[in-house]
Amino acid sequence: MPDTAAQNVKPARPEFRNIGLSDISKYRLPLPGRLSILHRISGILLFLCLPLVLLPLWGASLSSPEGYASVAKCVGYFPVKIVLLVLIWGFLHHFCAGIRFLILDLHYGTDKATARKTAGVVFVVSLLLTLIFALKLFGAL
Amino acid sequence: MAASNNYGYKRLVVGAHYGTADFIAQRATAVIMAVYTVILAIGLLVEPLTYEGWKSIFTFHVYTLPVGQLLATLAFLSLAWHAWIGVRDVWMDYVKSVALRLALQVLTLLWLVGTFVYFAQYLWRI
Repeated sequence: MPDTAAQNVKPARPEFRNIGLSDISKYRLPLPGRLSILHRISGILLFLCLPLVLLPLWGASLSSPEGYASVAKCVGYFPVKIVLLVLIWGFLHHFCAGIRFLILDLHYGTDKATARKTAGVVFVVSLLLTLIFALKLFGAL
Repeated sequence: MAASNNYGYKRLVVGAHYGTADFIAQRATAVIMAVYTVILAIGLLVEPLTYEGWKSIFTFHVYTLPVGQLLATLAFLSLAWHAWIGVRDVWMDYVKSVALRLALQVLTLLWLVGTFVYFAQYLWRI
């Protein structure tokens, strides 16, 4: 008769402790989780780029008709368009996801199925709006 | 003995506001910014795409009241308060060293106040 104690030894189960930087790529977040972390990333992006990119352009465009014209010229350059498009996406994602969070805070749509569905809706709406701005920015609209 | 009982439902809760005020302020400022976004969007759709049209979105007056500048300033104050709570939450979540966290929080406040002053001096000089 084999040793029963040896048979009862369970294989080591994976252990999950606090999230480390090296674990990030292994985490497979559900859609609402992706939306949430992108909400945070887009918020930080806007926080940093507001005084570095957006306010200088905004201030120059309002300073005088010449300033307005020079900003219009600057926005015509391809790399500037790319930077602006990233920030436009950041704003639209933060805006749309934020409205979803406000509705969740009112205790609407907190069950798993609905939360996943509304996360999908936010991605579709924010990315479609980004696409419209991209077409406008690159002169296709 | 008292210390070992200080957890779970026996935890001694004293003091005021455990983040509720910040929670509500972040949501209230979000709503204010969302409303201002709609105002901006209407302005962009109504005004012609010229310097004068663009400027009037931020400088329009109602009688002698500089409503455009007031609305933009209120929206920006909401933004700064909202961003303070949000960025502070990020530091609180990821930065475990108290000294580093405090330094980052102070830098965040300086950054936001500086950003606001930068914005305001442009806006009110037009």
